[in-house]
Amino acid sequence: MDEVLRVENLHKRFGLLHVLRGIDLSVHKGETIVILGASGSGKSTLLRCLNFLEMPSEGRITIEGRLVGRETGTPGVMSYGTRELNALRARVGMVFQQFNLFPHMTVEGNVMIGPMKLRGMTEETARTLAHDNLRRVGILEKAREYPARLSGGQQQRVAIARALAMEPTMMLFDEATSALDPELVGEVLLSMRRLSEEGMTMLVVTHELGFAYNVADRVIFLEGGMVHEEGTPQEVLQNPKQERTREFLRSHTLFRLPDPAPEAAGHS
Amino acid sequence: MGHEWDFAFLLGQRDFILRGILGTFGLAITCVLAGMALGLVFAAARLSRFAALRLLGTCYVEFFRNIPVLVQILWCYFAIPIITGAQPGPFAAAATAVSLYAGAYMTEIFRSGIQSVEKGQWEAARAIGFGYLAQMRYVVLPQAMRSITPPLTNQVMEVVKTTAIASTIAYGEVLYSAKVLSDQEFRPIESYTAVGVFFIVVLALVSAASSLLERRLRRHG
Amino acid sequence: MEYQWDFAAVFRHGDLLIEGAKGTFALAGMAILIAFPIGLLVALMRLSRLPVIAWFAVIYTDLFRASPTIVLIYWFYFAFPLLVGVDFNTFTAVSLTLGLQTGAYMAEVFRGGIQGVKAGQWQAAKALGMGLGRTLRYIILPQAVRRMVPIFFTRLTELFKTTSLAAAISYTEIVQMAQRTASDTFRPIETFTVVALFFFTVIFTASQFVRFAERRFAVPE
Ligand SMILES: Nc1ncnc2c1ncn2[C@@H]1O[C@H](COP(=O)(O)OP(=O)(O)OP(=O)(O)O)[C@@H](O)[C@H]1O
Ligand SMILES: [Mg+2]
Repeated sequence: MDEVLRVENLHKRFGLLHVLRGIDLSVHKGETIVILGASGSGKSTLLRCLNFLEMPSEGRITIEGRLVGRETGTPGVMSYGTRELNALRARVGMVFQQFNLFPHMTVEGNVMIGPMKLRGMTEETARTLAHDNLRRVGILEKAREYPARLSGGQQQRVAIARALAMEPTMMLFDEATSALDPELVGEVLLSMRRLSEEGMTMLVVTHELGFAYNVADRVIFLEGGMVHEEGTPQEVLQNPKQERTREFLRSHTLFRLPDPAPEAAGHS
Repeated sequence: MGHEWDFAFLLGQRDFILRGILGTFGLAITCVLAGMALGLVFAAARLSRFAALRLLGTCYVEFFRNIPVLVQILWCYFAIPIITGAQPGPFAAAATAVSLYAGAYMTEIFRSGIQSVEKGQWEAARAIGFGYLAQMRYVVLPQAMRSITPPLTNQVMEVVKTTAIASTIAYGEVLYSAKVLSDQEFRPIESYTAVGVFFIVVLALVSAASSLLERRLRRHG
Repeated sequence: MEYQWDFAAVFRHGDLLIEGAKGTFALAGMAILIAFPIGLLVALMRLSRLPVIAWFAVIYTDLFRASPTIVLIYWFYFAFPLLVGVDFNTFTAVSLTLGLQTGAYMAEVFRGGIQGVKAGQWQAAKALGMGLGRTLRYIILPQAVRRMVPIFFTRLTELFKTTSLAAAISYTEIVQMAQRTASDTFRPIETFTVVALFFFTVIFTASQFVRFAERRFAVPE
């Protein structure tokens, strides 16, 4: 089994605030994992620790079999080198809620800059790569536009293409559709679904329970900075064992859950 | 009253005047470039995670901005030979002092320009794998330039004007030329008026060049 | 090379520097007295509905802001008296120059402040039956002033530093006196260090005070 990511006893503190309280997680190649949790439960913090936009306070993160950082004297606490982290971030794609496209570059410029400056590609190779990835998210025709001229959904798909162009071993999505008008959510979710079906390893923070149900291999429910419940979408979304998970799902009735699959209905 | 204006004598002194103009340009360009470099470095310091660097940046700005540039020029003029043992002349003293002075103002201009760029832009660049310098160079500074250009233009004009103070240590720029000519030809009115006109024209050119640049930068986004 | 600092020699000649400091303050005070009314007047002219008057104000501010202060000082000391047939001493020449130039900068400050007050305020005052003078005095300026204080103060610190340029025509302010002290003591570095600290202390202290006052008297908007 190809383990792409292994997280052991991950803690994150902001001053006195103890946000992540010992997360263990193992992700295999090609898996799509959806992370659910109430606001403030630490979902973003977890993703941001995984590509070191936040430095973990404690715990070990292993990516593609390689432990990130070096042990310090204190057990569990690691120290990280800047170069190591930059190289690592180049291999872990991240998509933000606010897109964060570079407004001074064209769409293709946004996608090309990483491969050109970090992977040493020529402009031509990078452009071909950019166009391939823009096609993957269905937005090739906007290659020469500036981001400001695009709708939110289109911008977010460009952001996905930008991350893909670095040919990452795994992709992190932090509420990639939360800033979008409702009618634009679908196109972004569709791109993400395609990506999942192509075999990309993905960790997705979202409130779209339908996406979780249909696309995720595994769903993780975070609560109080810990993994509160974990299992297949059917297990977690339809038969949650924990009271807190049930509460959370009840508050999300606005998000339509697909009807239970026939065999699941037959069991009850 | 009823002064007979006569600028003709200036023509006879073309070469001398030209040397003054070159002196002004040489000093101004040196100080603008050095000031911008200092400004960038200290702006980065002021925005650093490290408190010691931030303090260093603040001290630099407060110190050099709150002392008259003439005092700094005179200080450098006397101190450089004593400290270095060399006799580098008035250009080195003026260039050092004016660059440090301008750099303090430019630090603040770069700092607020960089701060005007959303945090998400740094993060997105970081998430791609860019190191600090690449984040700055490819993502943050190009965007900051838009809000930096107007105040930076003003500062460039201030630097151009400030170079005239170097005449006090006999550095050969236009005001120095004018002083010499004025004494030589007994024509202070024409000499000093001409210098004034020179600066007004140069600043107008700087301002025009900057509007052109601004229009370019405004095209997107 | 190890330089032996010796400030004692400078302090033995301290009375020269103290006299110079008095000259500096006198100059700054006089320049403010000239600048303030001129700034207000030019700002009002700039806002005038008559194009001729507004244009005159524009030309005034642009001319004074585009010319290096030291060039203006020379011009008002060497050229202007010849042109109009008066005799200026150094104090008159410099305080006039600094006053007129600072007035040009102040005009922009006033204009920004006045324009920042909402149009509705003018109308409300007019509806109460106030004329231009009363409207300005009781309604507009009190609101404008609060907004202008920080940038107004920046202008004053610039003016205070600029007084040092009076040394170029040998007016006895602190830099001029420092030059005398330096040649008496053969201690230029120490002397100019003391002068630099003088300016730094005055401006830094004043700006801390203004920052405090701003916070203390802030009005919710
Ligand atoms: N940089 C930071 N400094 C201090 N506290 C922080 C920081 N980032 C996050 N926090 C705190 O950590 C906690 C978890 O935040 P996080 O953003 O991970 O939650 P989340 O699950 O993503 O919530 P949401 O659904 O609202 O995005 C919150 O209490 C938040 O205030
Ligand atoms: Mg979040």
